[in-house]
Amino acid sequence: MIQELKDHATLADDFNKDEDRVGWHDDTLWWIREKRDKIAWQVPDWELLRDAASNIKDHVLSNLNPYLLQFEANAIANGITVHWAADAAGHNQIVLNILREKEINKLVKSKSMLTEECHLNDFLADNGVDVIDSDLGERIVQLAEEPPSHIVLPCIHKKKEEIGALFHKHLGTPEGNSDPQLLTEAARHHLRETFLSRKATVTGINFAVAETGEFVICTNEGNADMGAHLADVHIACMGIEKIIPERKDLGVFLRLLARSATGQPITTYSSHFKKPRENQEMHIILVDNGRTKQLGREDFRNSLKCIRCGACMNTCPVYRRSGGHSYHYAITGPIGAILAPNLDMEKYSDLPFASTLCGSCTNVCPVKIDIHQQLYKWRQVIVQNGYAPKAKELSMKMMAFTLSSPFVYHTAGKMGRAVLKYAPFTVNNSFNPWYKQRDMPEVPSASFGEWYKKNRN
Amino acid sequence: MSSRAQILAAVLANQPTILPMPAFQPFSPTGENSFDKFVATAKGIGSSVYFLSGIAQVKQLIYTNFSAGRIISPIEELSDVAEFDFADLDAHTLEDVELGVFKAHFGVAENSALWVTEDLLGKRVSPFICQHLMLLVNKTDILQNMHQAYDRIGAANYDFGTFIAGPSKTADIEQSLVLGAHGPRSLAVVILD
Repeated sequence: MIQELKDHATLADDFNKDEDRVGWHDDTLWWIREKRDKIAWQVPDWELLRDAASNIKDHVLSNLNPYLLQFEANAIANGITVHWAADAAGHNQIVLNILREKEINKLVKSKSMLTEECHLNDFLADNGVDVIDSDLGERIVQLAEEPPSHIVLPCIHKKKEEIGALFHKHLGTPEGNSDPQLLTEAARHHLRETFLSRKATVTGINFAVAETGEFVICTNEGNADMGAHLADVHIACMGIEKIIPERKDLGVFLRLLARSATGQPITTYSSHFKKPRENQEMHIILVDNGRTKQLGREDFRNSLKCIRCGACMNTCPVYRRSGGHSYHYAITGPIGAILAPNLDMEKYSDLPFASTLCGSCTNVCPVKIDIHQQLYKWRQVIVQNGYAPKAKELSMKMMAFTLSSPFVYHTAGKMGRAVLKYAPFTVNNSFNPWYKQRDMPEVPSASFGEWYKKNRN
Repeated sequence: MSSRAQILAAVLANQPTILPMPAFQPFSPTGENSFDKFVATAKGIGSSVYFLSGIAQVKQLIYTNFSAGRIISPIEELSDVAEFDFADLDAHTLEDVELGVFKAHFGVAENSALWVTEDLLGKRVSPFICQHLMLLVNKTDILQNMHQAYDRIGAANYDFGTFIAGPSKTADIEQSLVLGAHGPRSLAVVILD
């Protein structure tokens, strides 16, 4: 994939070529952010809830080993088979092995960011397994052969006309029709057939309760339930950080999740799976894939508290204007930018720089992750490890040299003003990245230092 | 070393000194009448709400709104208007069900979610696969918030349970809300006196 080689700034440039689309994308996400505010403010104790959620998650991360063992023991006692996968490859292999043992080569899958992170679909396709994503947004990006651009709203970057064209080609809807009602109805029929005919399903997990061994999946569409309750084999995949101690803790998280995500009071379905149905096989795959490493990074451990609501994306001024694909990672936006470098610091070294550090993400995070501070800290780690982009490294060295000597500083100031005054064309061109979306400032006749010397009396 | 042993060892090595589980704050009540809040929230997310005072009226509601099509309900008093013995059928055979009628344990005012468990559903898939859904709840079983809900659930031993709030829906196409994604196209909440 060519896209993998481009960095955030380049991909954001591509997205910004269509100004109208950027404006539309920006407005849509901000509207969701406003819905979140409106509903959050209706809840007395909203801040207490955020505190509680954050503290519960802190506690879980500090006691994760015993909680994982407790969850495993209870899930097994409930009749569920528990698997452990150290990395993405291990996870994908476990899924394939379960399917092969049952001689199943067709799968219906509900939304799971973990399986996106592990590139499960590609792996299964390479091994002859046909996967159909059942979340409408995910089905749309799957038909478009694109990754999701948002963890909650996978096709938020797509206009309905583009979706209409996709459905016309793949599902036979009338050409030129892009009515959301009609398109959703077409997907309903197409996916109902899928649910009824597939013998295995893969789902994600929102919360796994150590006390009872049950797990909870939240959807609005009902697709996870349709898949799970009709399939002979249900494989549920989770990162090891999804554990919560007790059933009653769900009260805190379910109050926060949908309100933060889409401004709804709760998702349509919050399904609690405790035991398989009669004659059904239920599997849980517990996945590490870098999480234990992040657990050991004191500055970044907090990122494991994430409940994948997407609020940080909806509010982010950079995400809203650069689009989810500019992050070139399964988890987009600010939270993705602090999770991705843990997996591959070099490949994702650009992401912590894709932020203004305004802190809006931190303010809306329902589990109080200090996202913007972690972005700032990642920048330092990335530079120290030698992964900073070359241009940035050079300009930072120049800056350090200039600021460390009064003589150089004053001379550089004079030169800068002279250049802007007499030769603006040398900076007002496309070689200067600052000039791209901005005008250069008007030139003052003197520096503040010079002005002060003259006027101090 | 197995993946399991490897992961558990890495977790143990990397988890920080234990932080205490927070003591639960007594979350304040909303100050609103739970019942009114429940009704307003249910309507706000696309459910229709009926106030009825007995099974006879429920039957009347079913007759009025669903004159044709397959109706299922594990509620014995409804066995003259709905198919009662469907729990032993293959789940897939429910795909042509027009209406499913079930009892809910309780409702939650802050989000209008209704709690149902497998023993009330006949089959797990039944409230998802039907085209339309009707859930019955007693007026006295409306709780204020999710904390009260989990207090009420307590250590109940269900195999599967779900909160249902409204008809199935999606807004994946340009954020236009469409009711009836994969599950029921409508939810009728019947509040019984």
